[in-house]
Amino acid sequence: MQCSVCKEKPATVFLTHIENDKMHKVNLCEDCAKKKGVDNPTTFSLEDADLLLGLGAAQEVAQTAGGADLKCPRCGFSQADFKKTGRLGCPECYQVFAEGLAGLLKTMHKGTRHTGKTPEALRSSRDATERLKLLNKKLAKAIESEDFELAAKVRDELKQLNERAATPTNLTK
Amino acid sequence: MKDLYEFLITPAETTRLHGPHDRIVMSSRVRLARNLKGAAFPGWAKKPERIKIMETIRPAVESLPEMKDAFSEVMDNLGALEKQILVERHLISREHAAKSSGSGLVLNREETFCVMINEEDHLRMQALRPGLQLREAWSAIDKFDSALEKKLDYAFSNDLGYLTACPTNLGTGIRVSAMLHLPGLVLAEQINPIIQSVNKLGLAVRGLYGEGTEALGNVFQVSNQMTLGETETTIVERLDKVLLQIIEHEENARQTLLEKKPKVVFNHIGRAYGILANAHSISSKETMNLLSLMRLGVDLGLFPEVNRSLVDELFIVTQPAHLQKQFSDKLTAEERDLLRSDMVRERLKNVSRPSVKPPKPEN
Repeated sequence: MQCSVCKEKPATVFLTHIENDKMHKVNLCEDCAKKKGVDNPTTFSLEDADLLLGLGAAQEVAQTAGGADLKCPRCGFSQADFKKTGRLGCPECYQVFAEGLAGLLKTMHKGTRHTGKTPEALRSSRDATERLKLLNKKLAKAIESEDFELAAKVRDELKQLNERAATPTNLTK
Repeated sequence: MKDLYEFLITPAETTRLHGPHDRIVMSSRVRLARNLKGAAFPGWAKKPERIKIMETIRPAVESLPEMKDAFSEVMDNLGALEKQILVERHLISREHAAKSSGSGLVLNREETFCVMINEEDHLRMQALRPGLQLREAWSAIDKFDSALEKKLDYAFSNDLGYLTACPTNLGTGIRVSAMLHLPGLVLAEQINPIIQSVNKLGLAVRGLYGEGTEALGNVFQVSNQMTLGETETTIVERLDKVLLQIIEHEENARQTLLEKKPKVVFNHIGRAYGILANAHSISSKETMNLLSLMRLGVDLGLFPEVNRSLVDELFIVTQPAHLQKQFSDKLTAEERDLLRSDMVRERLKNVSRPSVKPPKPEN
C-alpha cells in the first residue's frame, strides 16, 4: 500500500479517524507520518487528519464524474483545471462538477447544505415553497382523516398562496 | 484621484481607536465573499470580462451610504508602495496587492469598511473594528451586503449558498477573524497546545499577514475555516467564545509568568527595551518581535509613563513600506534598518528603562 501523501514510499502508519459514524482512513509512510506529527498521537490534531483526507479527496475528484475532460459549457473550465488550481471557473461549475465536488465539500465543511443568509429576493420564494409543501401535507392528512372542514380551509389557503406568488412556476413542485 | 496617503488615518490616530479587550485583541474583522451570476470568477475571467465586472460592482459599492467620500480606485492606479502600505495596514490582502488591471478597492473614511473587487472572488467586503467586536462587525457587514444585493445579481444556490471561486468559502462566504497579541502564551511555551486545540474546533490560526505567514511580533490571527452547513451567527458566536477563552489563557499565562518566573519576564522585556533604545541598525522583523515584548511590559506596568499607543504606533511606522514612505529616495533594506533604528531610538528617548518591581517575598 502506498503512502497517501508522498505517493512514493510504502505506507506503514495507518490512521483511522471516525467522525459522525463515518470512517476516514489515511495511510502514511514513516517519513510523512513524522512530518505530519502522526507519530506522536498527543500532538496530532483532528484538523491534520482532515487536511490529509482533504488532499486525497481533491485527487479523487478528477477520477470520478466524467474524468479530467469534463468541461463547464458556460466558461470552459475543466476538472483538470480544478485539480491544478483548487478553484472553480464560474458559478455554474458547481453544477457541472457537482458529483466530484460532493465528497470534497463533505471533508471541508460542517455540512453540505447552506443554512445561512439568503438574498431577500430569493427568500420569499424559498419560504413560499416550504409553506406550500407544508400545506399540501396538511391537506392530504385532513382528507385521509376525512376532516373535510379542515381540508376546505387548507385548500383555500393554498389557493391564496398560489395567487399571491409572483413566480408560480417555482411553486408547482 | 484622491491621494491615498492623505486619505488614510495617520498611524498615531489609529492607535487611539479603542475596543473591548484591546489589550490582547488588536482588531476584529468579518469578511464576506460574493460573486456575480453568469460571470467567470476573477482567476479564470479574461481581462475584458474582469474590467466589465469591476465596472458593474464599483459604482454599486460607491453608491452605498457607508461609502460616502470613500477612497475608490482601480489597482492599476496604485503604486507598489501604496499597495504595500495597504497590506501593512491590513486593509487589503497580499494577493490583492499583486493585482492590477481589472481589480479595485473601495475604502470608507473611517476605515471600517473595505471592499476588494476582483480579488479571488468578484467581491470581498470586510467590516473592521478595533478590539473584540465580532458581532458588531458581522451586523455591519450583513447590513452592507443586504443593501448591495439589491443592486447586484449574486450567484446563489439554495443548496450551496453563495457560490465562491474556492470551495472552501462556499455557503456563507464568511470569514470571521481577530488579531491577537499573545506574548504571554509564547513565553510560557503554551502557544502550541492552544493552537492545536483551536484547530480541533475547526478554526485556523495564522500569522500577522494571514495565510502562510509567520507570527511576527507574537501576533496571531484566529478565524473560522468552515463556511457551509452553519449559519453566520453560529460561526460568529463560536469564534467569540473561543477568543474569550484564549484571552483568559493569555492573562493567566502572564500572571503565572510574573509569579513563577519574574526574572525571565524582566530579562526579555529589559533586553527588548535595551536593543530598541540603543540599536543603530535593526530589521523590521526584529523590531516587531521586540516591540511585542515592550507592549507586554506596558501591559504589566513596567513602563508606567508609557502609553500603549506609543508602541502600537511604532509597530505600524517601522514596517518597510511605512518607513520608505517618509523618505523620497528609494531605500535599500540596509538603509531602512539604519533609519528604522534612528526613528525608534528617537521615540524611546524619553522612556526610562523598565521599572522592575521586586518579586513578592516568599511566605
